Amino acid sequence: MSSTIIEVNRLSKYFGNLKAVDEISFSVNKGEIFGFLGPNGAGKTTTINMLTGLARPSSGSIYIAGEDGIKNIKKVQQLIGIVPDESNLYDEMSGLENLIFCASLYGLDKQKSEKRAKQLLAQFGLDNTGKRPFKAYSKGMKRKLTIAAGIIHQPQILFLDEPTTGIDVESARQIRQLLQELNHQGTTIFLTTHYIEEAERLCHRIGFIVKGKIVRIGQLSELMQDAQKDNIVEFTLETYCTELQNALATEFPETNVTKAEGEKIRISSPERIELMPFMKFFAQNQVPVYEARVIRPSLEDVFVKITGIELSEMKKEREGRKK
Amino acid sequence: MNKLIPFWSILKKDMKNYYLKPPNISWGIIFPIAWTLMFFIRSETAVNIRSILPGVMALSVLFGTTSMLAVTITFERRSRSFERLLLAPISLNLLMLAKTTGAIIFGVINAFIPVIFASFLTDLSNINWIAAFLSVLLIAVTSTFLGLFIAVSVSEVFEAQTFSNFFRFPMMFLCGLFIPIPNLPVVLQPLSFLLPLTYGVDILKTAINQTGFIPPWISFLVLLAFSLFLFLMSTRNIQKKWIY
Ligand SMILES: Nc1ncnc2c1ncn2[C@@H]1O[C@H](COP(=O)(O)OP(=O)(O)O)[C@@H](O)[C@H]1O
Ligand SMILES: [Mg+2]
Repeated sequence: MSSTIIEVNRLSKYFGNLKAVDEISFSVNKGEIFGFLGPNGAGKTTTINMLTGLARPSSGSIYIAGEDGIKNIKKVQQLIGIVPDESNLYDEMSGLENLIFCASLYGLDKQKSEKRAKQLLAQFGLDNTGKRPFKAYSKGMKRKLTIAAGIIHQPQILFLDEPTTGIDVESARQIRQLLQELNHQGTTIFLTTHYIEEAERLCHRIGFIVKGKIVRIGQLSELMQDAQKDNIVEFTLETYCTELQNALATEFPETNVTKAEGEKIRISSPERIELMPFMKFFAQNQVPVYEARVIRPSLEDVFVKITGIELSEMKKEREGRKK
Repeated sequence: MNKLIPFWSILKKDMKNYYLKPPNISWGIIFPIAWTLMFFIRSETAVNIRSILPGVMALSVLFGTTSMLAVTITFERRSRSFERLLLAPISLNLLMLAKTTGAIIFGVINAFIPVIFASFLTDLSNINWIAAFLSVLLIAVTSTFLGLFIAVSVSEVFEAQTFSNFFRFPMMFLCGLFIPIPNLPVVLQPLSFLLPLTYGVDILKTAINQTGFIPPWISFLVLLAFSLFLFLMSTRNIQKKWIY
């Protein structure tokens, strides 16, 4: 059995009347990759900021590696690495200088940190660019260097806020691989994401967070099992419209009707789905149907089912940061 | 953990990234030189140069330090690299000392540029250099912390600049530099005593020309109190605003 390394109890953060984080409780086991999955504005960043000491909780408790994360945050900060949602290293300084500087903040002496920095640059495929200033890096390289800076002091726990948001596919793939390697070497990882595939590929356990609340938490396999009880059929139509979705929902109240990407509609039900009544319904309403497919539920379906959030909502990139 | 490592490292980074950058060096040097020339050219006799020296030194420090933190903090806040420092396992006090030490050193160096000039033009014997150095140091500390206080109160670099002028210019005119305080309109006199620069200039006057009128030990205490107050207010504001 694994031991708990992060323990959060009824943690809340209010901004005036807005409950950005609303009494969340969860724990993270030593050695696992734990992910917070939720749409923009769900409270992911606010949670990470409270866990790492940038935001003060309105109420609740945090324990990290046995230390009180509210009272002894400076002690906790010695043990954790933090990768913010924006790559925020120093523009004028080179990759190597940035890493050595970050190491010094954790008390590493120059000799040790230089060795480790060079090793990380090599591991992250940045050894050729270590001398260039940070501002000359591409977005993907910036993010990689920011992650390297987050682990320069070999933290037990690494926090990452949307590690692959806004960067190219190839860099994102490399980053996921690096995180997996890091985890194999024993680092516990807490990350947030609004990419369902990312949570699915990377995380051992996932918490769905919506409007400041955790609506479901569990191992990937548990979450999947839940949904696999459901049967899903997807119809590809000529054109999708909400009226049709509503009409279907009224006509077949025992099923759950949702929109899928493209001109598609999904019917899900705990029972096996008989197709004929649907075909008849489409025929009566003169809706052209090009394809009917039985779908094996994915984490996406689980997420949609549990949170009631449409996938299109999740795919929206976040807008510019407020403040 | 050895706290000196992050302290030196932050100080060194700021020196390299900001203070020793050509535009900053040139401003830091040109400003005192301009002050020096402006005052010295107008004063014909050597006696005059000496009497004007405390003011030139004080202004060089003031202008060399107050807007520094506007750059090193406001700028890093905007690029969010400052979050890194706030999230590091070092106390806020240590962090802010590291962030301000560079500006203090820079201010002290600025103060002695006019002294070098003056040494060519006039006799600088019989000066209490220890008192002069201490007062320059305290002026640098106080005005750096004033700059810190300003930087913590605003969010844009230009706001910080405007805000620091709001403090700097009244200080220039009310600190007894151009017009001795006893000659100021009676209503303005109490205001003079609320400004830290007044005390710094007065110690310098005593140290250089024996013309100050406040007992130096009182001035030292007042400057220390100002520094402490501004520093504590700044860290308190950071705690409140930036660790939100
Ligand atoms: N400093 C702040 N002041 C006021 N509201 C905030 C602040 N930070 C975040 N919020 C609000 O709190 C909610 C959660 O935000 P955030 O934690 O950034 O979400 P996520 O990271 O999941 O996108 C949002 O409604 C956001 O507008
Ligand atoms: Mg976020």
